Parts: sequence; C-alpha cells; structure tokens
Amino acid sequence: MKFLYAAYAATWLIHITYLALLSRRYRRLRDEMQEFHKK
Amino acid sequence: MSLAEITRVSLAKDLRLEWRSKDAINSMLFFALLVVVIFSFSFDPTAEESRHIAGGLIWVAFLFAAVVALNQTWARELRNQVLDAYRVSPAPANALFISKAVGNFIFVAVLETLMAPLFMVFYNLRSIGPAYELVVVAILATWALVANGTFFAAMSIRTRSREVMLPLILFPISIPALLAMVSATTAILTGEGSARFWVVLLAVYDVVFTTVCLLLFETVLHAE
Amino acid sequence: MRRLFVILALLTFGLLTFALYEGVVAAPTEQTMGEVQRIFYYHVPSAVTAFTLFLINFVVSIIYLARRSPRADALAVSTAEVGVVFCTVVLVTGPLWARPVWGIWWTWDARLTSTLLLWLIYVSYLILRRYSTSGQTPVIAAVLAVFGFLDVPFVYLANRLFRTQHPQPVYFGGPGSGADPRMTFALLMNMAAFFAFAALVCGCAFAWSAPGRTLKKLRPWKLCCCRM
Repeated sequence: MKFLYAAYAATWLIHITYLALLSRRYRRLRDEMQEFHKK
Repeated sequence: MSLAEITRVSLAKDLRLEWRSKDAINSMLFFALLVVVIFSFSFDPTAEESRHIAGGLIWVAFLFAAVVALNQTWARELRNQVLDAYRVSPAPANALFISKAVGNFIFVAVLETLMAPLFMVFYNLRSIGPAYELVVVAILATWALVANGTFFAAMSIRTRSREVMLPLILFPISIPALLAMVSATTAILTGEGSARFWVVLLAVYDVVFTTVCLLLFETVLHAE
Repeated sequence: MRRLFVILALLTFGLLTFALYEGVVAAPTEQTMGEVQRIFYYHVPSAVTAFTLFLINFVVSIIYLARRSPRADALAVSTAEVGVVFCTVVLVTGPLWARPVWGIWWTWDARLTSTLLLWLIYVSYLILRRYSTSGQTPVIAAVLAVFGFLDVPFVYLANRLFRTQHPQPVYFGGPGSGADPRMTFALLMNMAAFFAFAALVCGCAFAWSAPGRTLKKLRPWKLCCCRM
C-alpha cells in the first residue's frame, strides 16, 4: 500500500533532515573554532 | 517589611498608576470589543446556537485582551530599571510576582465585568444553568491565565519580538485551562452536561501552576 | 569514547534493520486493516520515544536549575530537539495511517490532539531558546521546560474528557486485544531500535554542541552560530 511506503519514507526523511541540520551546525562551529584559533 | 506588606504596597502603586492613566483597561476594552464584533461575522448569532459557541468566543476574546494587558506588565519596570533595583534589595521576589499577578487579575476581572453584559446583548445570551457558577468559573479561569501570563511575561522580557514571544510560549501551556474554561462555560450556558469536572480541573491547574510560579519566580527574576 | 560511539552506531543500525524486517515482513498481516497497519510499528515506538525524551528533558532541566551545569543544559536542548523530531514523525505517520483506515486525514480525538499539543509546547521551548537574547537563556528555557512537562498530565486529562464527549471514529481495537505474539515482538523490536537511535542522535547533538560551549567561553560577547 502506498500509504505504508509513504509513512516509512517520511519517517526517514524527517530523521535524515534533522541529522543533516545537526552536521551543518557542527561544521559551521568547527570552522568558527579554526578561525578563532588562527587569530 | 514582610511579604504581605511589600505585596500590598506594590499592588497599590500599580492600581494607582493604572487608575490615573487607564492605559491597560482602555486598550483591553477596545480590543475585546473589536474581537466580539469581528467574531460576529463568522457565524449568525441566533439565540439557540450562540449559546453553544458563546463560551468559546468569550474566552478567546478575553484571552487576547488579557495578552494585551500582560504584555505591558513589566514594561514600566523595565524602563525604570526597577528589576535591577529589586534584585539587589532584600525584598522577597514573590512579593513582586504576587502584586503583579493580582494587579493583572483585577484589570482582567474589570474587563470581564464590563464585557459580560455586552456579550449578553450582542449574542442574545441567557444562561440556562445557574449564573453564579459562571462567576466561579470566571475567577478560576482568569487566575489561570493571569498567573501564568505574568510569569511568562517576565520570562520573555529579554527576547527578540517580545510581544509575540509571550503568546507563543503562553498559549500551548494554557490550552488545558482554556479547554476547561470554555467547556465549563458552555456547559453552564447550555445547561447540558456537568461543569464540575472542568471546574475541578481548573482549580487543580491553578493550584499546581501558581505553586510552580511562586517557586521559580526568584530564579527568573535573577536570570533575566 | 569514540569506540563506544561506533559500537552504539553499529548496534543501532543492526537493530533498525532487524526491526524493519520484523515490522514489514515477519509480523503477520492484520485482519481488518491489512498491510497499512504496519505503519503502527513506526508510529507507536516514535511516540513512546518522544515522550521518554521529553521526560528526560524535564529531569535534566531540573538538574540544570539546581546545579547550573552547562552539560545538563546541552542535554536538555538535545533531548528537546530530538523529541520534537520524533513527535513530528508521530504527527506525520498518524494521518498517513488514518487516511486509508478511517478515510480522514485528521480528527480532533484525545490522543491526536494531545500529541499535537505536546509538539506545540516543545516547539515553543525551542523558539524561546532561539529568540532569547539574554545571557541566561538556559535558565529561562529550563523553567519553561518544567512548566511544559507539568502541563502534560493536564493536556491528557482535559482532552480525554473533551474529545470523548463527541462522537469518535471507530478506533482500532489495539494490538493488545488478543494480538499475535509476533506482532508484540515486532513492536518491541522497533521500540528498542528507536530508543537506540534516539540515544545515538542525542549523543551526537550533545557531543557536537561542545565546541559551541567552548567558543562561548572563549568569546562570551559574541553569540555564536550554534545558538545552543
């Protein structure tokens, strides 16, 4: 049933989006840290 | 000076200032009136159906009007650095909270007293259940809104777009109380169903959240 | 620390895969609803996980108010964020399940409304954290977290009575009502898998917020982009 696939797909889409958000935040932080240490 | 004395003095000051300027009351009254009129366009207020819907309408109108009052609760204190002075004084923080909350309660209660007859006229309301029960619901409901509202107004002082932040954090937490007050009012107005569960829920809500407010206000006062 | 993380990640991945297999393939098909019922194996564990995370958030917020430890605060944010993510999953999979089964996307019944309110409360917590300009944001947020969680029983109570007064769509009997033990097993497997996944993501969020805290200590005058 397509609703079943939609539900499972939506679940993982939401989780992956959040993980992407987290890693983007971390990357930006790491860049700022490096910039700070360079100065 | 004891807690009661400080509360009394602070409350008297707020009431006196409000009496002289009538800032909060006027804006609240006009806002509530506007809400009532606008809502009247969303349904046809015949006597029969209006009794079912009026409960919700009344409390939504009062909720929005109360937010108008709550937003300016701490404005005067902020402008004159009163909170800093209070933090370094030995006065108990709860006195400030209680006086502000009771002051807001009085303002909103005055608003409700003035608006109730207006509601009855505009929507041709006539309560089927005993009207004194409505007073009990009003007291409990107003305190629920005002106690949490005063506390959250203090929390949202140092935020961007402060006026929007207060409803944003107040409304989700107030929804059970809102549900209770609307259901109780509707039950009393229509005479169908018992309002007792809702009144008890409101009372418990009031007790629990007033206690939490009193316990945590000092933390918030020193934190912002 | 690193090794523990890798072990947990592998365990989580294994559990998730096995639980997926259990839920989609191994568990028997439900009689009345058919294959669509398998959404249940994602929907219910997500709800339980979300609630557990919010409970942890409550406890950690109280610990923060008592001890003012920055790590408690970081854990509070992580659990709130991941909790909101799981709650979003519940609110999305719910309607996707309801539509083929009840014919409607949404209904204001007690459980759905309460979940929506829970989501609203914790989203307001996250908004407060983001919009607060005070240096004491963690304290104020912790206070809001306490209020929010104390509100939860009221939300459930109020909605139970309010929404059951109105006619309800027929809610399925529930798996506990004489369910096949393989269904229960699939459900428990998925719960374990999502608990592990939540722990993993929270751990990541918590660990990855550490540079933010260090930065804040090094230059407290600048609000760094982590906003935590």
